[in-house]
Amino acid sequence: MNAVASVATAPLKFVARPATPSAFSNALVFGWRAVLKFKHVPEQLFDLVMTPIMFTLLFTFVFGGALAGSPRDYLQFFLPGILVQTVVFNAVYSGMGLSTDLGKGLFDRFRSLPIWSLSPFAGLMVGDVLRHVIAGAIILVIGLLLGYQPEGGILGVLGAFVLLVAIGFGMGWVFIVLGLMIRTPTAVMTLGFAFLFPLVFASNIMVEPVTMPGWLRAFVDVNPVSLMTTAVRGLLKGSANFNEVAMALVAPVVLTVLLAPLTLWLYRRR
Amino acid sequence: MNDTATARETSPYDGSTASAIRARGLVKHFGEVRAVDGIDLDVPRGMIFAILGPNGAGKTTLMRMLATLAKPDAGSASVMGHDLVGKPHEVRAAISMTGQFASLDEDLTGRENLGMLARLWGFRGRAARRRADELLDVFGLSEAATKQVKDYSGGMRRRLDIAASLIVTPGVLFLDEPTTGLDPKARQSVWVMIRDLAESGVTILLTTQYMDEADQLAERIAVIDHGRKIAEGTSRELKKATGSGFLHATVADPSRIDEAARILEARCASHVQRSVEGAQLSIVARTAHEANEALGALIAAGIEVVDFSMGTPSLDEVFFALTGGTGHAAGQAKGTEQGVRSGT
Repeated sequence: MNAVASVATAPLKFVARPATPSAFSNALVFGWRAVLKFKHVPEQLFDLVMTPIMFTLLFTFVFGGALAGSPRDYLQFFLPGILVQTVVFNAVYSGMGLSTDLGKGLFDRFRSLPIWSLSPFAGLMVGDVLRHVIAGAIILVIGLLLGYQPEGGILGVLGAFVLLVAIGFGMGWVFIVLGLMIRTPTAVMTLGFAFLFPLVFASNIMVEPVTMPGWLRAFVDVNPVSLMTTAVRGLLKGSANFNEVAMALVAPVVLTVLLAPLTLWLYRRR
Repeated sequence: MNDTATARETSPYDGSTASAIRARGLVKHFGEVRAVDGIDLDVPRGMIFAILGPNGAGKTTLMRMLATLAKPDAGSASVMGHDLVGKPHEVRAAISMTGQFASLDEDLTGRENLGMLARLWGFRGRAARRRADELLDVFGLSEAATKQVKDYSGGMRRRLDIAASLIVTPGVLFLDEPTTGLDPKARQSVWVMIRDLAESGVTILLTTQYMDEADQLAERIAVIDHGRKIAEGTSRELKKATGSGFLHATVADPSRIDEAARILEARCASHVQRSVEGAQLSIVARTAHEANEALGALIAAGIEVVDFSMGTPSLDEVFFALTGGTGHAAGQAKGTEQGVRSGT
């Protein structure tokens, strides 16, 4: 009764459209949505940091001594790598989120609005960047508590985080494309992990590749995840050179250049 | 009528008598399936226009094309004077769409959802919040403003969804099955809302699989089946094609149903349709007198009738008439007798 009455009596007046907002302002709105999501669904962070925390503890204390002589020495080697792993796996979640949104019809509303068509993706990216920074910070703090020492100091840490965000941004496109093509969020996750596992494990995140067979070492040496790990390690240690950082950025830049237009095409085609 | 006229004067779209929607030969395939197979549509401005059809008839696809969400494979259309394919951005600025599935962010609150959309339309800061609160108020959702949408009931969700389409008053509002899945009370409130909107000058194109919904709301109805328009007209015109009065009778003893059918056919001189479950018989009765006679004959033959009603033809029955008895829609929709039962 209440609902019927209030609908019937309330005035529905004509409301004209205000001045057209800029593409940038559209993108900010979607970024704001990502922030609100953090406020309402803080649990999502739990998913993101649990696995890396367990990996850190397992590798440091169980394998660390055997791999590097002592857990402390191993942590010094491993922590930068686990940061890269965290960011790379995080990217999967934005693809899952997109697939969920598409399934619910939310993107239909966005697509029927007179806004810059890529702005919803800009929002996803803002959410991703937040996730990368927050999850990275949690892992770093745990590392510090366990005795990790970033020899590169504050600047080294900041540099490493900027690079991590760039890596996450680049990898994010892969899962946005998957999210656009695959209807079920869990399928996006399964496929994403199937693609990422060899990249993450056949890399120099856990161990130096010197003891690996030659064919595997050949792959590990050119694996973009290895290049990223080398650069993040160098930045945190304070020994990174321009070349290392540039090599780490090759994959994110290539992915962005190739997949951003593909994303737009897939999105418009739907 | 006067109200409508004043409302339209404040609309940017007046002065023009052109159609709100004009479509010619729209086609959309999905692989082999021609979901929409050459549809023409003319919807005058300020009208509530219903697209009626069973599931899978192509209603949603047609609407998605008109709302720029799907590209037509052939044909052309303009919405509020803007070409659908050539000027999609202009079309989007003149329309709003409420899809079949709640197009809201379930994790956010009602106010945040509307605030987000208000910002996307160009309201800034405080103005966006004010617009969100106005709409929450109009749609009776103020108390739920700070609740997450996932905790809303079906009816509340639907109202918020429609409110989300009214941030800026659209030229054309597309509503895809606006009351599917709602309880009768929520359904009523959505109907009231749709009528109010139409009165304020908004052109409304809605899809429905319920004859009574089209009947209650729409000035014109297009009936769609297998991607083609099989009829168009006012509700009265469509019913005339179908036979306006349907007598529905449920017989207590199923073993005597054939006998009952014969008696009804003899009295009403038309063919009985049987419900899927078999217990209910429906037949066109030209007058109330004829219906009365037919029922009397059943009772005189000692057949107990547990329930009967006179009603508008159901979608099944409209289809039965329009498709010449091929009965595409069999089992897709329920008949509606509430006009008679509620005593109006």
